[in-house]
Amino acid sequence: MQKYIAPVVRDIPPSGIRKFFDLVSASKDIISLGVGEPDFVTPWSVRDACVMALERGRTSYTPNAGLVELREAIAEYLQSSFQLRYEPTQQILVTVGGSEAIDLALRTLIAPGDEVLIPEPCYISYSPITAITGGVPVGIETFAKDQFKITAESLRAKLTPRSKVLILCYPSNPTGGIMTYEDWLPIAQLVEEHDLIVISDEIYAELTYGRKHVSFASMPGMMERTILVSGFSKAFAMTGWRLGYACGHPELIAAMLKIHQYTVMCAPIMGQVAAVAALREGLAEKGRMVDAYNQRRRLVVKGFREIGLECHEPQGAFYAFPSIQNTGLDSETFAQRLLQEGRVAVVPGNVFGLGGEGFIRCSYATSVSNLTEALERIGSVVRPLLS
Amino acid sequence: MNELQLKILELLLEDARRDAATIATMLDLAVDEVRTIIRDLEERHVIVKYATVVNWSKVDNDKVTALIEVQITPERGRGFDAIAEKIYLHPEVKSVYLMSGAYDLLVEIEGSTLKEVASFVSNKLSPIESVLSTKTFFILKKYKQDGIIFEEHEGDQRMSVSP
Ligand SMILES: Cc1ncc(COP(=O)(O)O)c(C=O)c1O
Repeated sequence: MQKYIAPVVRDIPPSGIRKFFDLVSASKDIISLGVGEPDFVTPWSVRDACVMALERGRTSYTPNAGLVELREAIAEYLQSSFQLRYEPTQQILVTVGGSEAIDLALRTLIAPGDEVLIPEPCYISYSPITAITGGVPVGIETFAKDQFKITAESLRAKLTPRSKVLILCYPSNPTGGIMTYEDWLPIAQLVEEHDLIVISDEIYAELTYGRKHVSFASMPGMMERTILVSGFSKAFAMTGWRLGYACGHPELIAAMLKIHQYTVMCAPIMGQVAAVAALREGLAEKGRMVDAYNQRRRLVVKGFREIGLECHEPQGAFYAFPSIQNTGLDSETFAQRLLQEGRVAVVPGNVFGLGGEGFIRCSYATSVSNLTEALERIGSVVRPLLS
Repeated sequence: MNELQLKILELLLEDARRDAATIATMLDLAVDEVRTIIRDLEERHVIVKYATVVNWSKVDNDKVTALIEVQITPERGRGFDAIAEKIYLHPEVKSVYLMSGAYDLLVEIEGSTLKEVASFVSNKLSPIESVLSTKTFFILKKYKQDGIIFEEHEGDQRMSVSP
């Protein structure tokens, strides 16, 4: 059937994560640090709101852009948490996960041949979706020595007359890196100078440790040029609900809405009702989850360092990204050996693009007892390699 | 109780075998500081004991547990405390609570057989002078105790690797 498949789709390389997933699924008794979603379940009050809505028969379509009540709640939340001011009916679009928002944003912005700048290692969907839209992904390598921050020099080095979109993802999946106000300043300046448009995936905004997230859209002059992508999956442990949103200039949101109305019509109403409850009642529970992640984060970072693996301190999301270079193995071989010999699953860093080789992504969204046991097993596999 | 002490208590409640070094890492504190706080909590009997929660239904010689509502007349000058003490000193008694509402004390008794528990009530509890009445309820199944669910739930439902 291959001949029927459109070349842009046929040419998408197989997902490295998928490949590893198959390997892991075939193994027994493993501890997985490969999971990119919270180990908590959605807060009870949020689940309850959904059940109530179902009982009352709220099972219809909603406006294409999402329930007005939800868009208003999102606007209030973004204003109070990140000093972002969006007009709920014109600047906010409720989507099926942050995933759909990323897709819509890229399809809305890219014409064939446009270059899309992507700091890497990064979340795995940006580059394939860019390619599907006919855009050209241009990776910008980031480094552990910079805590995986994007720097103005490295961005400038990749700019060409065809550069159009910059995708930012901080706090970062997979590195746990974050950007501060001072880190953002020179980036914002370059964006302005070169008339770039930004897709800022801030889905981990709520998961930062020790300092509050600074939204790129809140930087001077950047609101207009930024499509903010976020969602409920990570902050409120709502991955299965498939609910996210995009915010931006009314004309950009209107353009994204055109695609959204024909492709998905609207996000599921049950999820939307739950999301309202999450913003109104779920913030305290979110705080408790963040505390728990932070405790585990300290445990795993210290654990890796004690084993003898260099590990930059992740300050956001729920991933540690230690280097395994001193074991002499590449990421994939290391991850496979760890799976076979240590019965621990991690994701090899190379699947996240440039700069990921030599690292592994370890999610600490799992119990302390799992983490403790996993560190012990990793230690017993790594130590012989180091001596 | 300050926030630090509370956090340490929470971590120990989750797992009493967590050592001071682990707790120190998790809370970003010095090990000695954690040790000092725990020792202080132990000395002040905030931490009373490190015990094990057992699901007795999995043990062959399962136990019989009953909850008994007890009505009493308080003793002059000493209120309910003296009678409560008389009751809780018996080794069969697992817990005693002073209650608001229709009765005064809620007593939890554990024995090896139904008969044993019944005889405790008729021979030891009821004869106490100030005890006016007792109502015994046998526990048929424990689903959850001290926040711990006994039934083994389907474990982690998440895919083992995801982006
Ligand atoms: C950086 C990043 N963006 C977006 C998503 C997609 O999230 P969702 O579609 O569940 O909102 C994820 C999920 O792993 C992610 O890590």
